[in-house]
Amino acid sequence: MRATPSRMHVCVREMNEIDLRSTAYGFAVMEKSTDLSDPPTGDARAATLRDSLGVGLAVGLSGFAFGVTAVSGGLSAAQACVLSLLVFTGASQFALVGALAGGGNPYTAAAGAFFLGVRNSFYGLRLSSVLNPSRRTRPLVAHWVIDETTAVTLAQPNRPLARLGFAVSGTTLFVCWNLTTLLGALGAGSIGDPNAWGLDAASPAVFLALLAPMLRSTAERATAVLAVLLGLACLPLLPTGVPVLVAALAAPLVLLFAGRRGRDTVAGPADAGGSGEGMVP
Amino acid sequence: MTTWIAIGLTAVGCYLAKLLGLLAPPASMERPLVRRLAALLPVALLAALTALQTLDGGDGAVVVDARLAGLAAAGAALLLRAPFLLVVGSAVLVTAGCRALGG
Repeated sequence: MRATPSRMHVCVREMNEIDLRSTAYGFAVMEKSTDLSDPPTGDARAATLRDSLGVGLAVGLSGFAFGVTAVSGGLSAAQACVLSLLVFTGASQFALVGALAGGGNPYTAAAGAFFLGVRNSFYGLRLSSVLNPSRRTRPLVAHWVIDETTAVTLAQPNRPLARLGFAVSGTTLFVCWNLTTLLGALGAGSIGDPNAWGLDAASPAVFLALLAPMLRSTAERATAVLAVLLGLACLPLLPTGVPVLVAALAAPLVLLFAGRRGRDTVAGPADAGGSGEGMVP
Repeated sequence: MTTWIAIGLTAVGCYLAKLLGLLAPPASMERPLVRRLAALLPVALLAALTALQTLDGGDGAVVVDARLAGLAAAGAALLLRAPFLLVVGSAVLVTAGCRALGG
């Protein structure tokens, strides 16, 4: 689950001109945040509410495709709903269901889903400084740390609005995602062959929509191409679910290559890849 | 039963990943290597998943079918900055359309 570029633009205010598409989940956004102690005006609160609800509703609705995909992939409706309730991070859920549908080993399938979920750790790092949740609420806040809530929260100009945006987008997403998963899971049986409806294309389209805004620089593009090649090359050789894990090696491989090139061109023992955002020229 | 094992592991793993970020000292984000790996890992996984779920014909065979047309439609929708639902919807509609036409 993730907001698209156009959705993201809705979150961005005039007073806080940040192009979220170019910051990959807004890792660089915090630097732009204005005074964290500013009391929000009524207008600003309304805008935050509108953005949060919009993102929550639009993305939460794609849970329907997940429910159908899960059940037509061999899971029970209960299993699909438990996934949406407890995992609550769309890409991992689609990846797990896809691997299990292909007859993959449960451990390999879970590993692929887990590695996709690791990116939420890095959102959490950012969000903890923006939201500053108390020790006691952290375990609750953690469950909602996903692509969309991060995008909405980091686009807010101050802490009160960031907290409001996180709470409203998190609530809307959680409710919509779970309700639509249930609807999709229950409806899957009555729509006949889901492939005839093209629903098997929903999952790769979700992945592509998540991937597209990340392809900012040469390093990201090189990683994507290498990962596709590795995955497809391994497809006939390895059991279901494993090719994806092999393809994940594209990330350290590209880093290694970029680090070596950085050392060749930059004088001195620079830490792998030098400094700054771009790692490959 | 194996499905429940996979669901349990994924739920616990994904929750711990989320919690870890909130509990970790912010300084751990400053290490450039960690940052870059964090940025590139989802790129690699998502790119591979997109390709595999579009071209996997089962039994280890790579096949080109209506799904690829659907993915192309999703790509076009992304280029036009369409909202998330429209991106996924166009992939589903085009794939279904190709199959209805016997593709």
